[in-house]
Amino acid sequence: MPIIVKDLVYTYLKDTPLKVDALNGVNLVIGDGEFVGIIGQTGSGKTTLVQHFNGLLKPTSGSVNVNGMDATGKNLKELRRQVGLVFQYPEHQLFEETVAKDIAFGMKKIGVTPEKINENIKWAIKTVGLSEDILDKSPFEISGGQKRRVAIAGVLVMEPKILILDEPAAGLDPSGRDDILANLSDMHRNLGITVILVSHSMEDIAKFAHRVIVMNDGSVQMDGSVREVFRRSDELEQLGLQPPQINALARKLSRIIPGFNSELITVAEAKNEIVKFLAKGGEPLQR
Amino acid sequence: MIGNITIGQYYPGSSIIHRVDPRVKIILTLIFMILVFVVSSPAGYALVTLFTMIAVFYSEVPIRYALKGLKPLLFIIIFVALINILTVKGETILFEYSFIHISLEGILTAGKMCLRLILLVITASLMTLTTTPIMLTDGIEKLLGPLKYIRVPTHEIAMMMTIALRFIPTLMDETDKIMKAQAARGADFDTGNIVQKAKSFVPVLVPLFISAFRRADELATAMEARCYRGGEGRTRMKQLKLTKTDAVVSGFILIFIAAVTTAEIIF
Repeated sequence: MPIIVKDLVYTYLKDTPLKVDALNGVNLVIGDGEFVGIIGQTGSGKTTLVQHFNGLLKPTSGSVNVNGMDATGKNLKELRRQVGLVFQYPEHQLFEETVAKDIAFGMKKIGVTPEKINENIKWAIKTVGLSEDILDKSPFEISGGQKRRVAIAGVLVMEPKILILDEPAAGLDPSGRDDILANLSDMHRNLGITVILVSHSMEDIAKFAHRVIVMNDGSVQMDGSVREVFRRSDELEQLGLQPPQINALARKLSRIIPGFNSELITVAEAKNEIVKFLAKGGEPLQR
Repeated sequence: MIGNITIGQYYPGSSIIHRVDPRVKIILTLIFMILVFVVSSPAGYALVTLFTMIAVFYSEVPIRYALKGLKPLLFIIIFVALINILTVKGETILFEYSFIHISLEGILTAGKMCLRLILLVITASLMTLTTTPIMLTDGIEKLLGPLKYIRVPTHEIAMMMTIALRFIPTLMDETDKIMKAQAARGADFDTGNIVQKAKSFVPVLVPLFISAFRRADELATAMEARCYRGGEGRTRMKQLKLTKTDAVVSGFILIFIAAVTTAEIIF
């Protein structure tokens, strides 16, 4: 299911004095089963880019092809079934009387059988870490974090082959945030689906993504493995982005301690390296 | 999803017409509209048309924009024209068939009516195109000022208008976002008959209402937290001040009115 983006240009309010170039010439290939993080400042075009992946926005010029389907064409039903997109603050899209009905909305639209609907709802609600008691409640009486999970479940039940999440953890408390992202990571591993995570948070991307795409001013500024990208921390800072704090610490330590790995990006890795260093009784680490 | 809709369609610019004080602009627009209704001679029509063209030219608004307002009224304009052509009885009959009489006078009246409507729409759109919504409501509040003495809550009316205008784009964005979100999980807004189409908007309207109420609630709290207590003793960040521009434009309009009146009397 590769996503192939060629020379994608998108202009908001084209032909008006208020026009804004949101994307100017994006080229990308995202392969099957990748876990990609898209990062960039506000207004860098991240959200605009991912909305092209399921045909919500039509390119001003250029092309988007998802698994052989033209995302600029007329028939987008199949495309939207295969590409699940969770928007920022997805809890704002809830509208049904009960949580179960809301989650089933998309499936009913495409004519899934009632048994399959029930099965998928149960699976999805477990995947997002909620209990089944919530299914009969109104989506307006549950907490914010629960709403968010219900909304994500509403996309998961469509069994997308590509799952795109736009800031899924924005505004959640740290434990809710870790929960949701860890669930995603599990899904990616177990189901082998492609996951695209749009985020401001370098920490989250460092922890879960394998590849990072850095957007700036409507074009792709960097594209590579997490380590490759975070190695260019000076450039990142120029773009107004900060590499994970733990990486900054690792780089400082590597200057004091010969042989200390400066490319650590998660707390767990840093812990291992420090333990290794202490175990050696403060001797320089051999690479 | 809902295309590029521009309501409160301000066209940014700094032309002489943009700079006219909103109060003056509202009054002059009203006077001009009355004038358009009053004129009856060909010379009068020529003058008001010429004046509208001059105004559009000086506003630096592209003609395409100035004419955009006509689109939704096209049906009414055509309707008015047809009614006039078919019903006005005249001397010079051009075409006659049972109850249909088409006369030269009818066609002329129809032409005049249409020209009138077109000029009115262009003038009105020119005003909204060259004045920001906030300036417009400020102007309206000031002009309604005297009504305060008969207990009309002018400040509150103006504030409500400001807030409503301010939130149109926000709610549009919100609608767009919700439509996209629902489309992303299978909603279909384009196919089906009218009933199905109307039903397909429930998933958009429910979240939209909820968010509108939430926003209203938050806005009220925020305003109270900043000690908003209505219009009494309230000062403004942008004071409306009459300038030379206003005098020049008003003078020009007065001369123009004189010209039209003379034309009407002579011809």
